[in-house]
Amino acid sequence: MANIFPKWTNHLPIQILVAGGVLFISVIAGMTYYFTPKYTRVGYQPVQPVPFSHSIHVNQLGLDCRYCHSQVENAAHSNLPTTQTCMNCHSQIKLNSPRLATVRDSWKTGQPIAWVRIHEAPDYVYFNHSAHVNRGVSCVSCHGQINNMAVVWHHEPQSMDWCLTCHRAPENHLRPVNQVTNLNWKPEDEGPGKDGKLRTQQEIGEQLKVAWNVNPPVTCAGCHR
Amino acid sequence: MADTAIETAPPAAQFDPEMVRQVTKLPLVTNNRDFHWVTEKVSGIVEMKTPGWWWIAFFPAAVLAGCCIGGFVYLISTGVGVWGQNSPVMWAWDITNFVFWIGIGHAGTLISAILFLTRQKWRTSINRAAEAMTLFAVICAGLYPGLHVGRLWMAWYLVPVGNANAIWQNFRSPLLWDVFAVGTYFTVSVIFWYVGLIPDLATIRDRATNKVKKFIYALLALGWRGGNRHWRNYEKAYLILAGISTPLVLSVHTIVSFDFATSIVPGWHTTIFPPYFVAGAIFGGFAMVLTLMLPARHLLGLQDLVTKKHVDVMTKIILLTGSIVGYAYIMEFFIAWYSQNPFEQWAFLRNRVSAPFTKWMFDVPNAPYWWAYWAMMSCNVISPQVFWFRYCRQNLWIVFTICMCVNAGMWFERFVIIVTSIANDFLPGSWGMYAPTWVDIITFTGSFGLFLSLFLLFCRFLPMIAMSEVKGVLPAADPHFHPPGHDAPGGDDHSTGLGAGVRMITPAPSTGH
Repeated sequence: MANIFPKWTNHLPIQILVAGGVLFISVIAGMTYYFTPKYTRVGYQPVQPVPFSHSIHVNQLGLDCRYCHSQVENAAHSNLPTTQTCMNCHSQIKLNSPRLATVRDSWKTGQPIAWVRIHEAPDYVYFNHSAHVNRGVSCVSCHGQINNMAVVWHHEPQSMDWCLTCHRAPENHLRPVNQVTNLNWKPEDEGPGKDGKLRTQQEIGEQLKVAWNVNPPVTCAGCHR
Repeated sequence: MADTAIETAPPAAQFDPEMVRQVTKLPLVTNNRDFHWVTEKVSGIVEMKTPGWWWIAFFPAAVLAGCCIGGFVYLISTGVGVWGQNSPVMWAWDITNFVFWIGIGHAGTLISAILFLTRQKWRTSINRAAEAMTLFAVICAGLYPGLHVGRLWMAWYLVPVGNANAIWQNFRSPLLWDVFAVGTYFTVSVIFWYVGLIPDLATIRDRATNKVKKFIYALLALGWRGGNRHWRNYEKAYLILAGISTPLVLSVHTIVSFDFATSIVPGWHTTIFPPYFVAGAIFGGFAMVLTLMLPARHLLGLQDLVTKKHVDVMTKIILLTGSIVGYAYIMEFFIAWYSQNPFEQWAFLRNRVSAPFTKWMFDVPNAPYWWAYWAMMSCNVISPQVFWFRYCRQNLWIVFTICMCVNAGMWFERFVIIVTSIANDFLPGSWGMYAPTWVDIITFTGSFGLFLSLFLLFCRFLPMIAMSEVKGVLPAADPHFHPPGHDAPGGDDHSTGLGAGVRMITPAPSTGH
């Protein structure tokens, strides 16, 4: 009987196996990197209707987050400022700046400014801002150093994995409540402890966790109500 | 006792013709067929021109399969709400169909694994087709839970792989173990089936006249040459796979039964479920094997390979497992009374049993699903009892009819367990009736089309009888075999293919058919 397959095909099975293995690992690695919120969300930086710079307003002028996002301590939703909030100052400064034309139009017509939403929890997730900021979770933990951003971008993945990492170990993110809107706060700022040494984030966090009975839910119904 | 009769038979020199008639009836391959005939017969099915009946069977089956796939596409694109289940009946036809199909697969694994380990030689001429049936049944079964999750693209959540949610599946849930059980079952069954196919694929390859066919079968035969070393490795691999498959016969349906038994729903929360489900699976599976093999045997002229003896043995298994299932039904009912649990009693008496014709016994209103319960009872428990009679085991029309009853009855069994239990459970305020939608109907009936299409393709393109194994049980495979007409002294052992206990008196050449 003549050979059905030529001799070189003897190596084919092992080659197919190796190529298949490489392909499999590449697909898994590719999906792990490209198909997760670490890649799909982080870095999202849409162009906003008004070139508002958080960096100028917070770092240079020293505005507190809560001056504009005024309901963050009281409500589940952290509100965006109304045009009236902008006009508190801009009725007197930079009256004719072309960069504020949209704000003035809004002020005249009463039509709110159509800000482009960046951070959006899915509708099956119940998230409450006030529950977090009133227990010492800073803005920076979820939004990054907004105070340094000229144009805001999505800084954290905000995936379920990311939420649970903090819910399972909140001590890594807790700080004194009066420092929640201080995005430049560092654990060293709290000064030395009783032993004279500077305290770490873990020490501060553990202490606050006990003091405030911080016990974040890790069951499904905690967030998916 | 047949064995004793043969053992004490007079020597061949002075045989009586009646004895020869009885004894020659026993072999696994009738009409003294030889090795060459087996090869020609089985390979011939693959090599012949496609017969007309094949197209007549395949066309409607393929159309039905298309309807099934169309129904699934509609379901995926619209949402799982196109099926009829809704509160309180959240599991309905889809889970019924899943359990129905997965159960059917069990006969194939039992034949291929357990009967192999227990050296039941009659398995050889039906194991290939039964294993193929297992695979196709598991494919049909797997569709339903996949679609039941609603969002098919999230079905990979069933598998414990890393994800961006930092959570694992609930390892205490039987539903997860169901995924593992069915996945393992399918994988092992495919490998077992394929390993068994290799020597026969090589036969088809060697006989192929056309270059394309030769190439494809050569690829599938993995370079099998039939050498001593090949056979030694093959036998070892086959034995190991049989060992791996054996626990699966018991474990898969046990875990499927846990899906129900670990809940607290009256009618589901029952410790008898695992053995009852396994017996039911084998029962339904053998009925389906016969449903497929009886027409195939007739249409393909396999009467000498799949003999009445095979049918007889399988009907006895149906009788046994059907009686076990009947015992389980009655025991569930008894326990509902014996436990004095009002919810359990309600589930059985008021949801299932009480029918117009039981008024004389239970004076309660008719159960909403009494027709389903009594369809199950009559098809699964009463109908197989006819197999106590040899006449009914030998009459293929009766066998086929009873097998069709069992097929229907086993579907009704799952429907009764699933739907009647949750339609009316603890709170009368949340009671409801279930009605299927047209999507339910086409996705269920269509699965038969899918199943039959796959089986017909299998019959057409792969050797549907394990040639090499059948040859191994022919008398000529026995090293002590003396061909008729040679020196055949009366005292010599002659294999009948029934093991060492049974000897065959060499038939005289003149009596051979």
